[in-house]
Amino acid sequence: MLTVDGIHVYYGNIHALKGISFEVNEGEIVALIGANGAGKSTTLQTVSGIMHPRSGKITFLDEDITHTDGYKLPAKGLAQVPEGRRIFLQMTVMENLEMGAYIHKGKVPEEDFENVFSHFPRLKERRGQIAGTLSGGEQQMLAMGRALMSHPKLLMLDEPSMGLAPILVEEIFNIIREFHAAGATILLVEQNAEMALQVADRAYVLESGTIALSGTGAELAQSDEIKKAYLGG
Amino acid sequence: MTFLNYLLSGISLGSIYAIIALGYTMVYGIAKMLNFAHGDVIMVGSYICFFAVSRFGLPPVVGVLAAMAVCTVLGILVERLAYKPLRAAPSLAVLITAIGVSYFLQNGAQLLWTPNPKVFPSIVGNGRLALFGGQLTVSHVTLVTIASCVVIMIALTLFTGHTKMGKAMRACSEDKGAAQLMGINVNSTISVTFAIGSGLAAVAGVLLCSAYPNLVPTTGSMPGIKAFTAAVFGGIGSIPGAMLGGILLGVIEIFAKAYISTQLSDAVVFAVLIFVLLVKPAGLLGKKISEKV
Repeated sequence: MLTVDGIHVYYGNIHALKGISFEVNEGEIVALIGANGAGKSTTLQTVSGIMHPRSGKITFLDEDITHTDGYKLPAKGLAQVPEGRRIFLQMTVMENLEMGAYIHKGKVPEEDFENVFSHFPRLKERRGQIAGTLSGGEQQMLAMGRALMSHPKLLMLDEPSMGLAPILVEEIFNIIREFHAAGATILLVEQNAEMALQVADRAYVLESGTIALSGTGAELAQSDEIKKAYLGG
Repeated sequence: MTFLNYLLSGISLGSIYAIIALGYTMVYGIAKMLNFAHGDVIMVGSYICFFAVSRFGLPPVVGVLAAMAVCTVLGILVERLAYKPLRAAPSLAVLITAIGVSYFLQNGAQLLWTPNPKVFPSIVGNGRLALFGGQLTVSHVTLVTIASCVVIMIALTLFTGHTKMGKAMRACSEDKGAAQLMGINVNSTISVTFAIGSGLAAVAGVLLCSAYPNLVPTTGSMPGIKAFTAAVFGGIGSIPGAMLGGILLGVIEIFAKAYISTQLSDAVVFAVLIFVLLVKPAGLLGKKISEKV
């Protein structure tokens, strides 16, 4: 579904991604794990068209999207839940969800909202509330719900567990499993390698802008290198 | 009754400031820049209306629509040519460019239309409405100005609160990156904002010159600065703030002229502004930036 082929990305003169290649197949959860600054978020931003690679190629559903403007990608079926949630804090929960459905022409069908509320019943209770007044966990749920509103073919999650209490992290990952069971294709970027490897079909380990390791989630969770570097021994 | 008369003049002048301030505040909200050329767009709008009505003998409504059309296009052009290339530049560069655009428009107007003052024909005639058995008379211009301001306020509130484009605008003004992830074309949203702000500036220009008929190439600069002050007063970036700030500023200015001193009125206006900013640095309705971590 998504093929990233040898992309090199720069921040000014800083060579952030040094020839990264990976792929995501339909129905899979693929995790990108790695330490802070390894290039995980840069990779997602490049796929989302916020940044563009200097060389290499990104293909999504057989279409070259390497240099496509970011705002055109949601209509092609790509949605991202950005790092730090980035919900619209001054808008209501409903308005945030409407923005998620921005690419939808005409009135947003009621079923789309109901679908989000079925995953996140708490958002339904708070539908009229200003998003800035939600708790951190609820904001993460809203960010995920907002991304679902565009009926994405590939959902990209950037650090969904960041800044959340362990019990909420558990809840968010359960929802990711729910999405997966419903057939969603997910690209997950996580610093919490343990949780990520538990849900992922396959995973790639990023180290200073290159892919150091790859394998199935279970394989990597058993690997000594991973245990030592990311899972605390 | 003189008090009421002053109050009405104040609200009327304030309505013009409010309409101009809306353009400042909307553009600031979305592009995070102070468009100091906004005042000169008013002047261009007034000239267009003047020529349409006085020279070509077109009906005033057509004159207003022509002014709005020209200013809308002008606003989009200025944004595309002068500000868009600087989207990633430091804000000081954008500010200086805006001042440059302001001079460019003023000097362009001098070249095209000469610095000689034109007497602007009031678009609503010079009639007056007598109330309370003639004790209170209100000019039609005052009534039309206040009514226009009310209509614009309602229309903009509905637009930003209930239409898809209006909501997209609010989304962009909060977080352009996240808006782009929703599939919102941020650049065209910014263009639309400039278009609306400039179209409103044309209306403000026509109303301003109907009340104060002396039209010169620098006509827009002082009201522009006052309206900018009004936008800051109300809380820059806030649409209700611009409306409130504009009207209060107009009322304070007229009262200061009437009861304190004609010469000192502007000083009083700015003294009030400084006082408000000392007490409420974000302006009357400004948003306190607080984010949950």
